[in-house]
Amino acid sequence: MTILSEFEYTRPKSLKEALKILAKEKGAIPLSGGTDIVPLLKDGRIVCTTIVDLKNIKRMDEIGLSRDKKYIVIGSLVTFSELIKSKLIQKHFPVLMEMAKTVASVAVRNRATLAGNICSAVPSMDSGSLLMALEANIHVESLKGKRVVSINKWFKAPRKTVLKRGEIVTSISLPLINKNKYAGAYLKLGRYQGEDLAQVSLTILSLPEKSYRIAFGAVSPIPIRASIIEKKFQGKDITEELLQEAKVCLEKIISPISDVRASEEYRMHMAKVMMERGLEVVKKRYHGEGPEYGVTHL
Amino acid sequence: MKNKISFILNGEKRQLEVGPQDTLLEVLRTKLGITSPKVGCDRGDCGACTILLNGDTVKSCLILANEIDGQEVTTLEGLMEHGILPIQEKMVEKNSFQCGYCTPGFLVSTHALLKKTPCPTKEEIKEGLAGNLCRCTGYTPIIDAIIDFTKKNS
Repeated sequence: MTILSEFEYTRPKSLKEALKILAKEKGAIPLSGGTDIVPLLKDGRIVCTTIVDLKNIKRMDEIGLSRDKKYIVIGSLVTFSELIKSKLIQKHFPVLMEMAKTVASVAVRNRATLAGNICSAVPSMDSGSLLMALEANIHVESLKGKRVVSINKWFKAPRKTVLKRGEIVTSISLPLINKNKYAGAYLKLGRYQGEDLAQVSLTILSLPEKSYRIAFGAVSPIPIRASIIEKKFQGKDITEELLQEAKVCLEKIISPISDVRASEEYRMHMAKVMMERGLEVVKKRYHGEGPEYGVTHL
Repeated sequence: MKNKISFILNGEKRQLEVGPQDTLLEVLRTKLGITSPKVGCDRGDCGACTILLNGDTVKSCLILANEIDGQEVTTLEGLMEHGILPIQEKMVEKNSFQCGYCTPGFLVSTHALLKKTPCPTKEEIKEGLAGNLCRCTGYTPIIDAIIDFTKKNS
């Protein structure tokens, strides 16, 4: 398939230069990995005047600790493969590695970026529930200045975020969890193992004092945190009764649709099953047992 | 507007003009005569166009030609510079492929997998090749050939 629309290509050497082009040209769009943008260009679903390739911008491909040592900062050019390999990620957020390993296939992960994933914001995206559970912050910059957006406020609708024209995501920061005292689990259901989009995805974190963070992806227009269930579980042992209560409650939180990949009923059913399995995994992991990170729990 | 790009293709420095709309796959096949990367789905799902960019597998249909300026591209032609690869011999022996359309993509992915993990488990092989589709559905003989090949090496 040939790309039919007309546009220019430019690869600025600095962030400032990129921001200037984006400020000047209304039809300019930023490009990082291109794994979403190129098919959209082929389909004619994106029309732009200029592609601003960000890959020459220095330091945006780094993963590091913030200066105050309270956050892990992931540059917006960091690919999923780099996240899997990163020692820093493995140490502090192995559950992020667990998620990254479920993204498409190796050759796509070598190119696709975490920042690109949240900018595309398709409902079946893999990283949404995870970033909600990790309470990520999105760092955005334009010629007018910088701003930080909480992941809770980031997604507006399918393929729509609060990112404005002229803005670039420069990094995503993840607040470190006190002494890494938590356990996480990421679960993704596809039609088969291997390269597929999610029918349901889910991230659960188990924190000290029987506190939980639970977030879902692919079962609502945007990734969603199950705060009501988190409150139900807070400070309690999760009994069979409480779990059943949470499953009923989940029906009001998520709103799956039927499409080519799965029916609404199947998604709803599996979301409940996955929540139960995820809770078992984090319980074991929290006590230093459980499966190593990076495996599937289905 | 066309841009002049220069990059390393299979160990040789190349320079050419490409348009903003050209994908790497189109340029390789139609401008450079490199035809091992195939046009399959043309949207990153099938893996028939898999090549190495700076040593890592990528899907060349998802990359704009302009993006590879200053980079290093290796295709199956480059990997076969000194003739048929030992893993290919094993795959011939095992009758791994039928129609052959997916073969170059599978070989490039296998090469990258074995470079990173010389003795992969069956699960690691499946994971490494998950982005390559074979519509003759000959996955088993492909995986068997790799297992057999790595056993001999270990």
